[in-house]
Amino acid sequence: MPEKIIESCSVTRLDILNEKGEADLSLMPALTDDQLRELYEIFILARTFDHRALNLQREGRIGTYAPILGQEASQIGTAYALDKTDWIFPSFRENGVLVARGYPLHMILQYWGGDERGIKVPDHLNIFTISIPVGTHVLHAVGSAMAAKYRDEKTVSMVYFGDGGTSEGDFHEGMNFAGTFRLPVVFVCQNNQWAISVPRERQTASRTLAQKAWAYGFEGIQVDGNDILAVYKAAKAAVEKARRGEGPTLIECFTYRMADHTTADDASRYRTKEQVAAWEARDPLLRFRLFLEMKGIWTEAFQKEVDEKAKQKVDEAEKTAESAVHAEPSDMLAYTYASLTPRQTKQMRDF
Amino acid sequence: MPWTRIQADDSRRPGIFRSSHAVREISYRDAIREALSQALSMDPDVFLIGEGIDDPGGVFGTTKGLREVFGSERVMDSPIAENGMTGVAIGAAVAGMRPVLIHMRVDFLPMSMDQLINHAAKWSYMTGGRVKAPLTIRAIIGRGWGSAAQHSQSLQALFAHIPGLRVLMPASPYDAKGLLLGSIASDSPTVVIEHRWLYDQKEGVPEEAYIIPAGRGTIRREGTDISIVASSYMVYEALRAADELGKKGISAEVVDLRSVFPLDEELIIASVRKTGRLIVADTGWRSCGVSAEVAAVAAEKAHAGLKAPVRRICLPPAPTPASPALEQAYYPTFQQIAAAAGEIL
Ligand SMILES: Cc1ncc(C[n+]2csc(CCOP(=O)(O)OP(=O)(O)O)c2C)c(N)n1
Ligand SMILES: [Mg+2]
Repeated sequence: MPEKIIESCSVTRLDILNEKGEADLSLMPALTDDQLRELYEIFILARTFDHRALNLQREGRIGTYAPILGQEASQIGTAYALDKTDWIFPSFRENGVLVARGYPLHMILQYWGGDERGIKVPDHLNIFTISIPVGTHVLHAVGSAMAAKYRDEKTVSMVYFGDGGTSEGDFHEGMNFAGTFRLPVVFVCQNNQWAISVPRERQTASRTLAQKAWAYGFEGIQVDGNDILAVYKAAKAAVEKARRGEGPTLIECFTYRMADHTTADDASRYRTKEQVAAWEARDPLLRFRLFLEMKGIWTEAFQKEVDEKAKQKVDEAEKTAESAVHAEPSDMLAYTYASLTPRQTKQMRDF
Repeated sequence: MPWTRIQADDSRRPGIFRSSHAVREISYRDAIREALSQALSMDPDVFLIGEGIDDPGGVFGTTKGLREVFGSERVMDSPIAENGMTGVAIGAAVAGMRPVLIHMRVDFLPMSMDQLINHAAKWSYMTGGRVKAPLTIRAIIGRGWGSAAQHSQSLQALFAHIPGLRVLMPASPYDAKGLLLGSIASDSPTVVIEHRWLYDQKEGVPEEAYIIPAGRGTIRREGTDISIVASSYMVYEALRAADELGKKGISAEVVDLRSVFPLDEELIIASVRKTGRLIVADTGWRSCGVSAEVAAVAAEKAHAGLKAPVRRICLPPAPTPASPALEQAYYPTFQQIAAAAGEIL
């Protein structure tokens, strides 16, 4: 009996914009000039917010914060591919996603300031609770997709996690469920090369993270996560495929965490300046701006206008967050169960 | 919302298991099956998921034939991934479904502890009530057949420790149906623990759907000299002990907790105040267990009524043995309960 190859897989990598802002026009996603402008505005808002949050943390005005610097294109490009009715399952580093989906900025600040009312997601936003436990929310997106499929709703679930998250069992169980039942879910892995101080090579021997999808019977693709056009294109295709009932996709956004893991971390202890500098040159904002400039969309005046708007929004958010009255201690009991237990009813009276 | 239309049995009916006169008698197993079938019929958002739940045996008969009626989308055979299944069910619950997760043995639930403790139990709180996880988990405990250390534990206290989870332990067919339906109807995640030795128990059970709210115990037998507070299978041992004690002229009251969390403190306190003596009989271990909680309620809130030290009848602090000889020594019976009563009377 001869040996033969009965299965092999290939992993596609998608790049559209290079560092100089030149686009491969044959790969351009369908985006109008207005949409490109809107994407740029969101980008600036996300970066402005991130910068402010870091400053507020340094001043002791919010708690530990997980910055997104360098990952904005991965976050905004994917979130922008969804409809309002689709569901998002974020991890702790998705402030760019929240901004892109119109999450009230003051609530994001409240959340990082240790006020749980910040994650009482407004009713009109289909955004799930931020998951701090790594990777474990992958399953919830899969369950939500299962419900959508069962109820014949054409909604898609998109779940965000990091390179480190792919080592968790929940990630693998979720991928397996989604593949087995062909569920409308898009897995977005932001491979930012680090899980706190653990480098990407320590998470897995696989050459790419995208290839893991093949083991579960569906497609995985790697995109340049610092190229908002490539990210958007891959996400849009995955979302449409899911909506057509053709099952899940894993998107590996190949990017880099430019800042510390959180404000409680010091990345210079475990990674080289050279590595960081090499990625600085690949800044996702710069190349997008250059691209828009060549298209005649970006001008100095436009930048000024967008910067001002962003600053205004963030100023307002800061004020609103800091002027919020303290939560009632009885809130602790009020929401632990869907309704109060007899013992809680008594304790409520004692507060 | 079909669930608001169901009658709730809010009473702590005194007495006994129902006799056959009013309604037909069915087994604990069939009462569970009927509850699942009615839930599936009433509410298209209900679905069952578990490993092998559609196999011909049907989880001790409790899911038998349901797939044929409701289809494999609603009676879902799952890949072998307990944690995965729990997380997926939680996701579906949050998206508006009412999943019933079925574990053949409670021993497999430790695999899903992260999903239960860090997610299901927390979301209502963390989101200020916006997110609800109406999830029911059926888990089975038991005794015997050499099931031993990893297949025969009684882990109710682990779940009851966690704010945000509810834990129910029906002892009778009537309660099995009403508590299970109540749990499926509820927006709080609930673990319903069944005992294998109870599947053949019979009782009069109404055909229509009804709900027993969590947190309501019941008096199985009224008495005046001593209270025996028990749950699940231990209720039967308690009743036998009460029979034995009755022969000696001692009147024992048997309280069935039905709900381990929330606990029916009023019922426990009232019974202890009446009899002045308390024995707690639990299917689990003693240390930090359900029996400790019941004893603490008596100590904190019925202390003046207590005429004697509290006694607890629990498992010895060791894993479940496999050999029949050791099993015999391991599991407490009515004899230990009766003997403990003798010590404090
Ligand atoms: C289950 C779990 N284990 C460990 C941690 C501690 N922890 C927080 S973030 C993190 C690294 C995550 O890395 P990655 O998934 O790559 O996401 P990134 O932080 O890079 O966005 C770890 C280990 C946690 N929060 N949850
Ligand atoms: Mg990472």
